Amino acid sequence: MKPAPFAYHRPATLDEALALLAEHGGEAKPLAGGQSLIPAMNFRLARPAVLVDLNRVAELGYVRAGRDGLQIGAMTRQRAVERSDAVRSAAPLLAEAMPFIAHPQIRNRGTVGGSLAHADPAAELPAVMLALEARFRARGPQGERWIPAGEFFTGILETALGPDELLLEVVVPKSPARTGYAFAELARRRGDYALVGVAARVTLDRRGRCQAARITLFSVGDGPVLAAAAAAMLDGQEPSPEAMRAAADAAAQRDIDPPSDIHASAAYRRRLAAVLTRRALARAVERAAQASQ
Amino acid sequence: MTATGRYMGARVRRNEDARLLTGRALFVDDVHLDGMLHVAFLRSDYAHALLRSVDVAAARRRPGVVAAYTAADLGDYWRPGPLLVPPPPIRGLVFHARTQVPLARDRVRHVGEPIAMVVAESRYVAEDALEDIVVDAEPLPVVVDLEAALAPGAPLVHDDLGSNVAAHAVQRKGDYARARAAAHVVIARRFRYDRGAAAAIENRGIVAQWDPRAEELTLWDTTQAPIPIRNGLARLLGLLESQVRVIAPFVGGGFGPKIMMFYPEEVLLPWAALRLGRPLKWIEDRRENFSATTQERGQIHDAEIAVARDGRILGVRDVFLHDTGAYDPYGLTVPINSQCTLLGPYDVPNYASEFTAVFTNKTIVTPVRGAGRQHGVFVIERLLDFAAKQLGIDRAEIRRRNLLRPDQFPHNHEIIFQDSAPLVYDSGDYAPALERARELIGYDGFVQSEQARLRAAGRHVGLGLVCYVEGTGIGPYEGARVTVEPSGQVRVATGVGTQGQGHFTAFAQIVADVLDVEVDQVHVVTGDTREFHWGTGTFASRGAVVAGSACHAAAVRVREKVLELASGLLGAPPDRLELAGGRVRVRGSSDSAIPLGELALRANPLRGAVRPGTEPGLEATAYFGPDRGSTASGVHAMLVEVDPETAQVEIQRYVVVHDCGRVINPMIVEGQIQGGVAHGIGNAFYEQLVYDEAGQLLNASLMDYLLPTATDVPAVEMAHHETPSPLNPVGVKGVGEAGAIPTGAAFAQAVEDALSDHGVEITEIPLSPNRLFELIEAARSARAR
Repeated sequence: MKPAPFAYHRPATLDEALALLAEHGGEAKPLAGGQSLIPAMNFRLARPAVLVDLNRVAELGYVRAGRDGLQIGAMTRQRAVERSDAVRSAAPLLAEAMPFIAHPQIRNRGTVGGSLAHADPAAELPAVMLALEARFRARGPQGERWIPAGEFFTGILETALGPDELLLEVVVPKSPARTGYAFAELARRRGDYALVGVAARVTLDRRGRCQAARITLFSVGDGPVLAAAAAAMLDGQEPSPEAMRAAADAAAQRDIDPPSDIHASAAYRRRLAAVLTRRALARAVERAAQASQ
Repeated sequence: MTATGRYMGARVRRNEDARLLTGRALFVDDVHLDGMLHVAFLRSDYAHALLRSVDVAAARRRPGVVAAYTAADLGDYWRPGPLLVPPPPIRGLVFHARTQVPLARDRVRHVGEPIAMVVAESRYVAEDALEDIVVDAEPLPVVVDLEAALAPGAPLVHDDLGSNVAAHAVQRKGDYARARAAAHVVIARRFRYDRGAAAAIENRGIVAQWDPRAEELTLWDTTQAPIPIRNGLARLLGLLESQVRVIAPFVGGGFGPKIMMFYPEEVLLPWAALRLGRPLKWIEDRRENFSATTQERGQIHDAEIAVARDGRILGVRDVFLHDTGAYDPYGLTVPINSQCTLLGPYDVPNYASEFTAVFTNKTIVTPVRGAGRQHGVFVIERLLDFAAKQLGIDRAEIRRRNLLRPDQFPHNHEIIFQDSAPLVYDSGDYAPALERARELIGYDGFVQSEQARLRAAGRHVGLGLVCYVEGTGIGPYEGARVTVEPSGQVRVATGVGTQGQGHFTAFAQIVADVLDVEVDQVHVVTGDTREFHWGTGTFASRGAVVAGSACHAAAVRVREKVLELASGLLGAPPDRLELAGGRVRVRGSSDSAIPLGELALRANPLRGAVRPGTEPGLEATAYFGPDRGSTASGVHAMLVEVDPETAQVEIQRYVVVHDCGRVINPMIVEGQIQGGVAHGIGNAFYEQLVYDEAGQLLNASLMDYLLPTATDVPAVEMAHHETPSPLNPVGVKGVGEAGAIPTGAAFAQAVEDALSDHGVEITEIPLSPNRLFELIEAARSARAR
């Protein structure tokens, strides 16, 4: 379990990093926290010829409450997000999800941008960012661009980023009033990748009916899955236990086409998706009701 | 003289912990030698294939590569390994020995079997060079499933045998057919019990060094059996045994697989070190560990129990298949343990048991902590549960009614155990342990009211309560040498390897009590053949029993020498002397006492004469060889809560009442139990080696092979119950495996109990949430039908 030979660069600035990526193109791989890439290299499942280590690029590590929402630099450690007061107040769903990401030791190294750019279908952060309608800022030789979360994740371990592009920042927009959140996942052991996970955001109208629901599931497909059918069933509805159960069942039966693997069959994943979605919706609605008072 | 004294049974802090906790303990990978080279192995990607050619020429050309070897390069050195454990003398036994080879020559029989070896300046370069090796292999049909392996026309793992039967054994006691005819109820079920890898925290590792000036080969090896490795290597390499030194330093967990011998790497590194004249290191990585280190795996039992109306067992019949993997160098230890341990603590007058061991294209099966005992315990405990249910008898009560009584010991089960001796329990008192476990878990209150109250509140909580025995401490023998040094400190050397069991403390306690010195003045060395070269190794929960008894015997002889020498100096007969606080004095006298160190100095004079017929020094070597093992026992109880919607299970409480005879150090025993239960919980709920139909292990990493972690294992509540063994002077029985043995049976009963309103019946382990979901759904649709 030793990696294949590779060249290693450790730039100090973003410009240097981008220049290295431009120089080496598809041969190069940016190294963020290394919690997925390094094991993959040790198994020789990933064999980049060039590693561009971003850990000295200090300008990419920050959490700020900006005018447009919460701004998180791509190299911000997951542990820093977990402990951030700004995150807790501006994006409580994200705060609630953070402790589910692996273990503290891994979150000490793992970065927000690394996890998003890695795009593991079983990872928490992509689903949370999709639920929160986050926007991703990326820069490459052609300059900078914004990518909405809904367009960022394109497949298993695949994103809209080009090989010479770097994810710089994630912006989580402010959420509307009367909004509640919930995050839930089940894993075999604490810290494992989820068998199924769900992130839910519910906004109530003034009369307590569901104005907008946004539900994302993960570990059930090629990437984070937006449960559109489930959300549509709740639109304008009284969020009764029956309505939430029906929406959760729709999420499990219509919105996802989960895979089978050695840990969970597709049927079991559908069951977990239904139960977790139901429980998450109930909690999100309860919090939204509290926020409405 | 029996073992008594202030340290026997005391919670003595471990002598070795200062070294371990400060990172000063030597592990194999800590050995760094000048000019050392690193080894990597090319292993088969196929579970079954013919090897047409293996070309290492390109690997040899890679810069940094020093050598690359295939089977052809080994010449006469290439030979199948020894049959480590010949099968016991069971009448009518069929056994086909097929043992592993150093490097595959014309055929590979499991994924991970080594094909070529590369020696390079670094492990990185060595692994790069593995990719340069060209293997021309023709894949063959693969044998994975146990029953399919025995079907007519199945592919053959060893085609010279004509079938995949590795062994067949029948053991009988009484007349089961008659018992069955007299039974009120006969219950028959099919059980599947699968176990996983040992997954020690330290993988295997070897450093081999040939010193041409001393003409000595030194091997640092993570083995549990350094002395047999030394002796075997000397034979293989044509060296004197005294020219080979094997050191098993601190080892991060053994659990059984580290006693397999010879692993190919253990044969190859010394050979190459001699050839190259440079020290070599190989450290197994976790991926290799999953295919190259032995495992335990599955058995399928078709079993039935015949019971009387009052729940008394009239007889048991069991026919089972055992997966032995691609080779069977460890003989039949695992299935015979299953066969024997099924009888448990119960009075089973009639027993008919038959097993077939089956070759498959999978990694070799050898004992892993519990070593097949789990499988047997699961079968009998589940059968008793089903019988209790059918007869309307409380499950604790049906067990109580069948326990062997204290007046039935020694109890001969009339079949043969793994050590080739008759299965005879030395001592035991089972009913009080069962009663104590019931109290600790709160059995009566739970069964009578608490469970129903919780159920009414929508919670599914269940209780499991099971019994087990463990045959421990088998022969042949171990030895020890005890020396009092002129400093007054005591040195103890014994041959068993140590992998975290606390030998440095438990053995020191035994010796300290005999010589009446402070326990931290007793320095134990284990696992270095230069220090002690007679013995077998650490296995079968035998360290404390066999090596501990040898330490005791040697210390007793040293004590005699001490008193004899002091007798002359003090002018009083030995029986009037007392040894206390490291000094000898005439009992009741206020005269000055002689320190042990001074006696040691006088026993080894520089001038004068050592009298004929006596020996210099205060030193003695002694051996202990029990005729048969001592039988430990216990009861496990657990409470689990199940979420029937998600099939998630949470273990709320875990109680162990165990009897390992005299307890030398309760802290060490409790650590063994807690660790064993962790292994057992892993086996019951987390761990499974998942092979696909091509014989590929699908979860060969610690990301997908799920070991329970600290948050998954409850703190075990324990009670000690002591029934001393009459078979050794210390009165001990082994405890190394006890925690891991009945966990699966307890878990199955508890989960089934929690889901009693769902009508789920559990006849298999491990139970993942996914599998439990399937069982719940199947029961639901069965009810709907």
